[in-house]
Amino acid sequence: MRYVKDVALVIRSKNAGPYELTFDLMFPNEEIYNEVRSSITKEKIAALYQIAEDQVLSIIHFSPAYAVKITIVRPRPSGDLGETDVYGAQQHTPLFQLTY
Amino acid sequence: MTELRILSPTAILGYGFPLSSFQAGLDRDPHVIAVDAGSTDPGPYYLGSGESFTQRSAVKRDLRYLIEAALTRKIPLIIGTAGGSGAKPHVDWNLAIIEELLKELGLSAQIAVIYSDIDRQFLIDELKAGRVQPLGPAGELTEEEIQASANLVAQMGLEPIMQALEDGAEIILAGRAYDPTVFAALPVLQGYDPALALHMGKILECAAIAASPGSGSDCLLGTLAKDHFILETLSPERECTRISVAAHTLYEKSDPYSLPGPGGTLDLHETAFEQLPGGRVKVSGTKFVPTDAYYLKLEGASLIGYRTISIAGVRDPIMISQIDEVIARVKERVADNFQELRDYKLHVHCYGKNGVMGQLEPYPEPAHELGLVIEAVAPTQEIADTICSFARSTMLHYGYPGRKSTAGNLAFPYSPSDVSAGAVYKFNVYHLLQVDDPKSLFPIKMGRSGL
Repeated sequence: MRYVKDVALVIRSKNAGPYELTFDLMFPNEEIYNEVRSSITKEKIAALYQIAEDQVLSIIHFSPAYAVKITIVRPRPSGDLGETDVYGAQQHTPLFQLTY
Repeated sequence: MTELRILSPTAILGYGFPLSSFQAGLDRDPHVIAVDAGSTDPGPYYLGSGESFTQRSAVKRDLRYLIEAALTRKIPLIIGTAGGSGAKPHVDWNLAIIEELLKELGLSAQIAVIYSDIDRQFLIDELKAGRVQPLGPAGELTEEEIQASANLVAQMGLEPIMQALEDGAEIILAGRAYDPTVFAALPVLQGYDPALALHMGKILECAAIAASPGSGSDCLLGTLAKDHFILETLSPERECTRISVAAHTLYEKSDPYSLPGPGGTLDLHETAFEQLPGGRVKVSGTKFVPTDAYYLKLEGASLIGYRTISIAGVRDPIMISQIDEVIARVKERVADNFQELRDYKLHVHCYGKNGVMGQLEPYPEPAHELGLVIEAVAPTQEIADTICSFARSTMLHYGYPGRKSTAGNLAFPYSPSDVSAGAVYKFNVYHLLQVDDPKSLFPIKMGRSGL
């Protein structure tokens, strides 16, 4: 069992519009990208963020950047009452627990 | 038509750029200077209030160089999503800066101002006619929400900006615009492939953020040819790499293969990113797939109240061990004391525990000290001040079980401890509107200004 964070170049979060939160994981080369990408599932993301699986909108493999993109429903629209992170830029750290 | 060069000076008008990079861009003899001035990222306040999230003096600094270069070289300057959100107050704010600069520079220009505000009654009629649909997780739009929106805009496509160019505008100041349009309008007008022009615009709109190392305040040059485009930086400090450009395609989007915009979707399934010598990247193969009808993205924000906050630290381990209970009891005490005021929201952000991630936080184990932000939002500033003040004083002296530090529970960094933070808005419209004419909702006001 190895941690995805130890081989990823980038693990980041950001708003994708005011209603969605998107995560990008980028890998240094095609080999590592291919080794890791299938291990990232909606089930694992839902468990890490303690959300229902249907709140994980998509997991997309983007080969030109050796990247996996995960998009979830924002807990609330950006800036709405109870907001903790208007830009959504600090919601990525549970992904450090991903293993493959 | 062999190639067309587009200079993107900065990621957001007002974020700045090194003059050396800008000059290097001008030395390449660009056909147009274009800049995106907007984003929904800073949250709903700016659209709702009509204020810009960029500072006037910073925007004026950038525009001084852009206007002077464009007018002396007789190339168009196109600004999209003026003032950050692109509603009328934002556009007029930016227009005043341009007029001031023209006077200071002793120049004059033919200016096209394109507004993007949507009339509420018009939208209510369209809603009733079934021509409005939610975008992603946003719910169905209602007449009440349309009426409640303080500012309501639609993202224009290429067509209004192309029209302004055809009409001879030297400076185009557009309200809310789909980010790539300011970069793609001139090439599409000249017959270049809209798919490549829009994809190039998609990357140029963030300027050197797509380079390595990335920067939001440096220039990027795009060169569009018949079947590809090439991106390059204008500073020796950074370069475009295959990965930095491809990675940028992911940025702030949910699906990098399919990028929807007015009139259609960019399809990147067959896009190739190729590294060229000299820190340049060549992109080809992108397709544009028109949608069944022409859809515009609507954005609106409504006032939901006024905010007051108080910042305080907690260091006592006995208090920290029961912080959730303390916060719950304080909220009860406030509710009990102001039974006639039901219409407020009281929230305590708890930094050092789950202040950053809230309900998404997997490890809400508190640290040895906590930073609290007590936040009240209420229909008036006075009520918000009252609720926040009462919550703060209640928490300061709250006698939790096992308490030893009976002189006070909170460490305040400031006197006064409370800050009236003003109006609070929320995004309340994020929908698609079907239109027959891509231009009819975006009136162009043309006029000569300066000297």
